[in-house]
Amino acid sequence: MNGRSLSEIAIYFLALSLVAIGGANVVIPEMHHQLVELRGWMSSTEFVSLVSLSQAAPGPNVLIVGLIGWKVAGISGALVATIAMCLPSSLLVFGFTHFWNRFKEAPWRAVVQAGLVSVTVGLVLASGYVLTREADHTWLAYGVTALAAFLSVKTRTHPLLLLAGAGLLGLTGYI
Amino acid sequence: MKAQDKSFFIAATGCYSACMDTSIDTTGNKQPPMTKGALFRCFFWMGVVSFGGVLPFARRALVEKERWLTADEFNEGLSLGQILPGPNVVNLSIMLGARFHGPLGSLLAFSGLMAAPFVILMLLASFYGAYGQVPAVQHIINGTAAASAGLVVAVGYNMLARQAKSWSTTGVSALSFLGCGVLAYPLLLVLGVLAPVSVFLAWRTRK
Repeated sequence: MNGRSLSEIAIYFLALSLVAIGGANVVIPEMHHQLVELRGWMSSTEFVSLVSLSQAAPGPNVLIVGLIGWKVAGISGALVATIAMCLPSSLLVFGFTHFWNRFKEAPWRAVVQAGLVSVTVGLVLASGYVLTREADHTWLAYGVTALAAFLSVKTRTHPLLLLAGAGLLGLTGYI
Repeated sequence: MKAQDKSFFIAATGCYSACMDTSIDTTGNKQPPMTKGALFRCFFWMGVVSFGGVLPFARRALVEKERWLTADEFNEGLSLGQILPGPNVVNLSIMLGARFHGPLGSLLAFSGLMAAPFVILMLLASFYGAYGQVPAVQHIINGTAAASAGLVVAVGYNMLARQAKSWSTTGVSALSFLGCGVLAYPLLLVLGVLAPVSVFLAWRTRK
């Protein structure tokens, strides 16, 4: 832990909260760019390990920000990061629900939604691209990534099973 | 490590199957509103078992088991959660809580959903901090990191496959992938440029 101040953590995630349309996976490239490349909070390998941990554990993907907070400022950092990441978006959702229900039948509502989803699709794929680039340094690793993606799409294999299998394969030391 | 992995896995699949064989009603009848305690408990257990993504567990619990939402209301809530910032399921917990118990309901559903995963993750992270330098642990993490990258690719692929096929939607998705992924432009720039363009294109091609 290199002791980032809690206010620094809070400010970053309060701002990130309102741009995380589509959830935490969507802002993984942005977090990597800011926290690893610009601010140097952790190495790229450490970042990817945290992402991997958060994917292996139960719960919403947004908990990756709790892990980042934990990494740079311990348990209080984890709490501050998680609350900062969830509070603005949750307040917005709370208020927006009332507003949105007034336009249940409006045609523009479906139009806005369809437009935003197209952007989100590309952003999630970008997350997959960045994670693959950072995690995979051997051909076997690329193979594992491709196989996990393929099985996940084609067979409804439980993600935990894929992660456990890949972890055991990793034990060989060739990934 | 192998033994620990195995027991962890057995415990996890146990939770999973326990969740899967609950009695399920598919008639779509809605039950009366829930109590505050039931609201918290439902989201708490959802958090505990939701390895590999909350969404399937949320739908099972809210629509099929508790019947607090119809399937249409669930889709509606998710779509709304999609276009707003924040994770879909967290947003859904805020909306559902608010609908039955106001601000307190939102707080109960949200904290129920987050409590167990937060504690589990902190324990996992401490374990990783203590043993992260052990080569065997590092090797396992390398393996799971490769697989979890694949899982995110799969989510993206599934979203792409569900999207209506047209030059404009595929083009916008490709540009946002290029901007945020390959070119590493800031997210706000990509959203600020592409979101208005994409909504405009969707309006032009509306039925």
